[in-house]
Amino acid sequence: MKIRPAVRRRSIRDRRDPLLTALTGLMLLYTLLPLAWLVINASKTQEGLMDSFGLWFAGDFALFENIATTFTYDGGVFTRWLLNTLLYVVLGAGGATLLAALGGYGLAKFDFPGKKAVFAIVIGAVAVPGTALAVPTFLMFSQLGLTNTPLAIIIPSLVSPFGLYLMWTFAADAVPREVLESARVDGAREFQTFFRIALPLLAPGTVTVLLFNVVATWNNYFLPLIMLKDPAWYPLTLGLDAWNKQAGTAGGEAVFHLVITGSLLTIVPLIAAFLLLQRYWQSGLTAGSVKE
Amino acid sequence: MTTTRRRTLLAGAALAVSLAAAGCGSAGDPGTGSTQDTAAASVSDADLQKALDEGGTITVWAWEPTLDKVVTDFQAEYPKVKVDLVNAGTGNDQYTALQNAIKAGSGVPDVAQIEYYALPQFALAKSLTDLNSFGAAELDGTFTPGPWGSVHAGSGVYGLPMDSGPMALFYNKDVFDKHGIEVPATWDEYVAAAEKLHAADPGAYITSDTGDAGFTTSMIWQAGGKPYTVDGTTVGIDFTEPGTRKFTETWQKLIDGKLVAPVTGWTDAWYKGLGDGTIATLVIGAWMPANLESGVKAAHGKWRVAPMPQWEAGGQATAENGGSSLAVPEASGNKALAYAFVKYATVDEGVQARLDGGAFPATTAHLKDPAFLNKEFGYFGGQKVNEVLAESAAQVVPGWSYLPFQVYANSIFNDTAGQAYTSGVKLQDALKNWQDASVKYGEEQGFTMR
Amino acid sequence: MVSKARRRSWTGWRFVGPFMTVFALVFLAPIAYSIYLSLFRTRLVGGTAFVGADNYVKVLQDPQFWSAFGRVALFLAVQVPIMLFLALLVALAIDSGRLYGSGFFRIAVFLPYAVPAVVATLMWGFMYGTRFGLVGNLNDAFGITLPDPLSPDLILAAIGNIVTWEFVGYNMLILYSALRVVNPSLYEAAEIDGAGQLRIIWAIKLPALRGPLVIATIFSIIGSFQLFNEPSILKALAPNSITTYFTPNLYAYSLSFAGQQFNYSATVAIVMGVITMVIAYLVQLRGMRKAV
Repeated sequence: MKIRPAVRRRSIRDRRDPLLTALTGLMLLYTLLPLAWLVINASKTQEGLMDSFGLWFAGDFALFENIATTFTYDGGVFTRWLLNTLLYVVLGAGGATLLAALGGYGLAKFDFPGKKAVFAIVIGAVAVPGTALAVPTFLMFSQLGLTNTPLAIIIPSLVSPFGLYLMWTFAADAVPREVLESARVDGAREFQTFFRIALPLLAPGTVTVLLFNVVATWNNYFLPLIMLKDPAWYPLTLGLDAWNKQAGTAGGEAVFHLVITGSLLTIVPLIAAFLLLQRYWQSGLTAGSVKE
Repeated sequence: MTTTRRRTLLAGAALAVSLAAAGCGSAGDPGTGSTQDTAAASVSDADLQKALDEGGTITVWAWEPTLDKVVTDFQAEYPKVKVDLVNAGTGNDQYTALQNAIKAGSGVPDVAQIEYYALPQFALAKSLTDLNSFGAAELDGTFTPGPWGSVHAGSGVYGLPMDSGPMALFYNKDVFDKHGIEVPATWDEYVAAAEKLHAADPGAYITSDTGDAGFTTSMIWQAGGKPYTVDGTTVGIDFTEPGTRKFTETWQKLIDGKLVAPVTGWTDAWYKGLGDGTIATLVIGAWMPANLESGVKAAHGKWRVAPMPQWEAGGQATAENGGSSLAVPEASGNKALAYAFVKYATVDEGVQARLDGGAFPATTAHLKDPAFLNKEFGYFGGQKVNEVLAESAAQVVPGWSYLPFQVYANSIFNDTAGQAYTSGVKLQDALKNWQDASVKYGEEQGFTMR
Repeated sequence: MVSKARRRSWTGWRFVGPFMTVFALVFLAPIAYSIYLSLFRTRLVGGTAFVGADNYVKVLQDPQFWSAFGRVALFLAVQVPIMLFLALLVALAIDSGRLYGSGFFRIAVFLPYAVPAVVATLMWGFMYGTRFGLVGNLNDAFGITLPDPLSPDLILAAIGNIVTWEFVGYNMLILYSALRVVNPSLYEAAEIDGAGQLRIIWAIKLPALRGPLVIATIFSIIGSFQLFNEPSILKALAPNSITTYFTPNLYAYSLSFAGQQFNYSATVAIVMGVITMVIAYLVQLRGMRKAV
C-alpha cells in the first residue's frame, strides 16, 4: 500500500487549527471518559467503590491488589476464562478469517454458477435476529452433541459475513488479474496460486478482517450464554457477567470491584492488539473501502 | 434431632445389607444401571446405600455456594462417587439451560437446584422425578411446613428443601436510634416509621422497592392472601381478594409518599444504600445475613433483625421469601445416586456443612439445635439472629401455592405491576394488569383458567 | 474473453464452499428450523399441534410486537443519524489535516469499539446511577437534579448513548478510510479554482463517502433492529423501564426463554428478519441509485 495521504499532509501541515482540535477534543472526552472511569474505579476496593467520587481515586490505591484478587478469586477461574477466550479467538477468529479470505477471493476472482445468490443469501440471513435463532441453533447443536463444548462457540464464530464482504472488495483490487493469469499459464493449481501469490497480497486486508473477527469473538456474549453451562468453558464476558450476577443470589458475595477490574483486564489485550497492529489494519481498511 | 438419628441407624443397617450383597454380586453385574430404573417404584434405603457403594458420577447443577463443601465431604465419605458440581447460571438462567437440555434430551443433570416458585412448572411438565418413589414421604416432619409444602405438587414430592427464607425485618439500628424510631411491629407502624425517617432525613428511606415479584407475592402470602389457586391444570388468579388488598393499600401509601427508595434490589446502588444508611430496612428472607456480611461490610455492627411487621397487632404471621430445593430430573441416568446425594445435602450431614457456610436451613431439627439458635452474629452486634429467624420459620402462613408457570409470570411482573412504581397507576390496578397478562398466558398454554 | 469463459466454472465454489458450508450450518439450518417451528404450537398443557399460519397472523396483530418494533424504529431514526453524523464530523476533522495529534484522535475515538458490549453496558450502567453513579456525583457536586437516565422516558436515549459510544469510532474509521483514498490532486485542483473547505467537503468528500455511508447505514439498521445486549443487561438496573418486549429481539428471547413459547418466538424472529431485509434492501437500492 502506498500511503498517498502523506503526500497531501505535507502541504497542509501549517494549517493546523487549535479551535478544530478543541472541538474534536470534545468527542475525545466522550469516548475516553468512560475508559478513565473504568481505570480509576479498578483501583478501588469494594468499600471504596461504595463511598467515593466516581471520577477520582479513593483513598487507598488497590489496583494491584484487585488484579491479584481477580486472578486468584474462586480458585483462579479468571485465568481459565482468559485461556478459554484465547482458544475461541485463535480458532474462531483465525478460522473465520481464513474462510473469509478464501471466500472473498473466490467471489472476486471467479465467475461461477450461483455467485450472485451467495451474497444475497448471506446479507439476507444476517438480517434475521441471531438472538431468536439461538434456540433452534441450540437444539441442533445439542443433537450433534456439541453443546457445552468449545466447538459450540468456535463453529458459529467461523462465519463472518462482514469479513467476507471486506475480503471480497479487498481482493478485487489487491490481486491483479494479470498476476493470476500468468500463474495459471505456468500451470500452478488454484489453491497454490491462492496461498503463494494471492494471500501475501491480501495481507493488510486479512489483518483487518482478523482484528474485527478477534473483537467479535472476544466480545461474544449471547452465544456462550446459551451454549455453555459449565463455567469452566466460559469466556471472559460470560464470566464477568456471572460475577456481576453473583451479588444477586442468596449467599453470593458482591464483588463489583472484581467485575470492574476484570472488565479492565478484558479490554486491555484488545486495545493493545489494536495499537500494535494499527499500521496494518488502517491500510487494510483504506484499501477495503476503495471499491463500493 | 430424632429424624437425623433414625436415618443414621437405618443407613448403618443398610450398609450391613449392602456389604453382604456386594460380597456375592459384585463380580460384574452389567444390569446395575437398569435395576435402578426399574426399582424406582419403591427404592429403599438399602438401594440408596447400594448406589453409594457402587459409586458412579452424577452431575449437579446449582449456584448455591455452600454446596462446594457438601460435595467435597460427600466424595470423601463415598470415595467411589464423583459429583460434578456445575454452576449453570443463577435462577432463571439455569432454568433456561435446564429446560433447553430437557427439550434437547441430552445434557440433563442428575440433580438441579430449583427455587420453590419455579418447582411447580417443572413438576407439571413431568420433567422431575416424583421422589415418593424413593420414600420421600417418610420425611414428613423433617422440614418446616413452608418449604415442605412448596416441594409438593398434587400428591407428588418433586424436590427436597435445601434452604428456606422465612421473612423477618432487617433494620439499621444506627439509623433508627439516630432519628428516635421504634422498631415497627405492625405495617401501620412501619408506614409511620417511613414517614418519620424520610421527614428527618430526605435522603433516607425506610426501604427500597421498584417492584419485585417475589417480594410482592411473599407480602400477599403473609397477609393471608391466596391469589393463586391451582388444581392440576385448572388455575385461578385473583388479585382482588382481601389479602392482596391489605398489602396494596398499605404499600400504596409508601409509594404515594415517595417513601421507598427507587433503587432496584441487588444492584451496586442498593448495596451502597444498605451500607450508608439511606436504605434503613429490608423485609426479606432468612438467607439475607450472609449477603449483608459479604456485600455490606461498611455497616458491620449496625444491622439487627426483628420479627416481620404484622397486619394485626399481636399477630405472628410470616411468609417464605425465596429459598430453593434440590430436585432430580426425570432424565437423570442415575436417580438412586442422585437422590442419595440430595438426601445427604438436605437431610443428613450436608446440612450442617451448609449452615457453617452461612445458609439458613429448612430442617426442623437444625432450627431447634441450640448451637444454631445461640450463635451470636458479630455483624449484627452480637445478636442471636437465628432465634428470630427460626421463630419466623414456624409461623409461616400455610396454604400458599405458586402458579405452574410462575417463572414466566414473574418475568412479566415489571412489564405490568412494575408500572405502579414509575407511573401514576395504582398498585392494585397494576396487579390486576399482571393478573390479566398471566391469565392470557395460562390460556395460551392450555390451562383451564377460572 | 476466452479466459473469462473458461473461468465460469465451479472452481470458485472450492473457495466459497468452506464459508458457505459453515454458513449453512449456523445460519441457514437454524432459519429453516425456525420456519418449521413457526408452523406449530406447543403448549405446557396439551402438547404440540400444527397451526399453519396462525402464529404469523398473531404476530401481525400483537401490540407488544409492534410496540417493540416502533421502539427500535424510533431508535433507528434518531440514534443512527446522530452516530453517523458524529462519525462523519470526526472523520472529516481528522482527514482535514488541521488537527494537532490526529493520529491520537483516530485511535482514541476508535478505542470504545474494543470494549465488549457487556463491559460497556455494565460501565455505563454504573455511571448512570443517580444516587451513587456519575450522574449522582454531578448532582451532588453542582447541587442540581439531573433527570434519571434509567427512567422510562429516557432509557431509550441512555441506550442510544451506549450504542453511539461503542460504534461511533468504528463508523468514523470506515468513513475516514474512504476519505484517505481520494486522490489529493482533486483537492489541489479545487483550491486552485478558489474552492473553500466547505465546498471541497460538499463537492468532493461527501460524494466519495456515499458508498461507505450506505454500507454503514445498512449495518446500523441491522444492528438497531437486533438491539439486545444493552437493554438486556440494563434491565437488571431498570426493570420497570425495560419491558420484556422492549425490542423485538428481547421479546423473542423472553418468549422462548422465560415463556417456553418457542414456536411464537421463532415466528417473531422470522417476521423481524423479513422486515429488516426489506428495509436494508430499500436503503441499498436508494443509496446506490443516487450513487450512479
